[in-house]
Amino acid sequence: MSLAEFLNMGGYAVYVWTSYGIAAVVLIANLVIPMQKHRLVVARLRRRFRQEQNPQ
Amino acid sequence: MFGNFFHKMASPPWFYRISGKLIPWVGAICALLLLYGLYGALVLAPADYQQGDSFRIIYIHVPAAWMSLFIYVLMAVCGVITLVWRMKMAEVVLITSAPIGAAFTFLALVTGSLWGKPMWGTWWVWDGRLTSELILLFLYLGVIALHNAIEDRQTAAKAVAILAIVGVVNVPIIHYSVEWWSTLHQGPTITKLDKPSIHIDMLIPLLVMALAFKLYYVVAMLMRARVELLERERNSKWAKEMLGEL
Repeated sequence: MSLAEFLNMGGYAVYVWTSYGIAAVVLIANLVIPMQKHRLVVARLRRRFRQEQNPQ
Repeated sequence: MFGNFFHKMASPPWFYRISGKLIPWVGAICALLLLYGLYGALVLAPADYQQGDSFRIIYIHVPAAWMSLFIYVLMAVCGVITLVWRMKMAEVVLITSAPIGAAFTFLALVTGSLWGKPMWGTWWVWDGRLTSELILLFLYLGVIALHNAIEDRQTAAKAVAILAIVGVVNVPIIHYSVEWWSTLHQGPTITKLDKPSIHIDMLIPLLVMALAFKLYYVVAMLMRARVELLERERNSKWAKEMLGEL
């Protein structure tokens, strides 16, 4: 099977690759969002704890 | 032993610490399964004798649909635990599962539509299976919206738990819809017992993808749960200690 044949998916390329593409985007986004949120929350809490320890 | 495990899981600092250690391992196994599953789905599996290569959408569509049901049932179980035992972690798992369940439901609907167009000639029909799956998406979004709308945390947890439990009646409706009502959606075809039975080279990638999606859910849910826990417990001693050593 050639690469062109593989990519063509027996003529259903649009449907098959769009399905896999959307799945990839949705699943990756669902990991990146909590990762960024975690970083934000940790940074915010650290700042607050530091301020509590040495109030000016 | 299991009793002890659940007792520990109920403790936020323990959950936060252990989940942090679990995520990379479960994530790595999930990635390997996903790679193998995708290879099997796109290369190893033979084209379907009726649907050609379009059937390869099944490897996203069916595991996503299975997860959409699994996660909702899990949320309903968490709802019961929240109402009866007021376990904090059940609340957290319930609410952090909702966006992931919504994502899987969305994927099941969209990939189904992309499969329906070439096979049925239409993106959408208002039949039992499609409509009840769409209702499932609204239930997930409803859980998220309800949780965001109620300020008081205890009231919010109770309301969300009740919605999750009530909504679970939709799950058997989705499952049996293709048998109860005549429809464009194909009946149960993932079977080894009935004829025509699924070819083993088609079946194995499907099971591998299903397992990969399940592990993906574990990782995504734990990641969200850790954020939720930190925010809820921001005034606790363990949060301060934990951030000190991070």
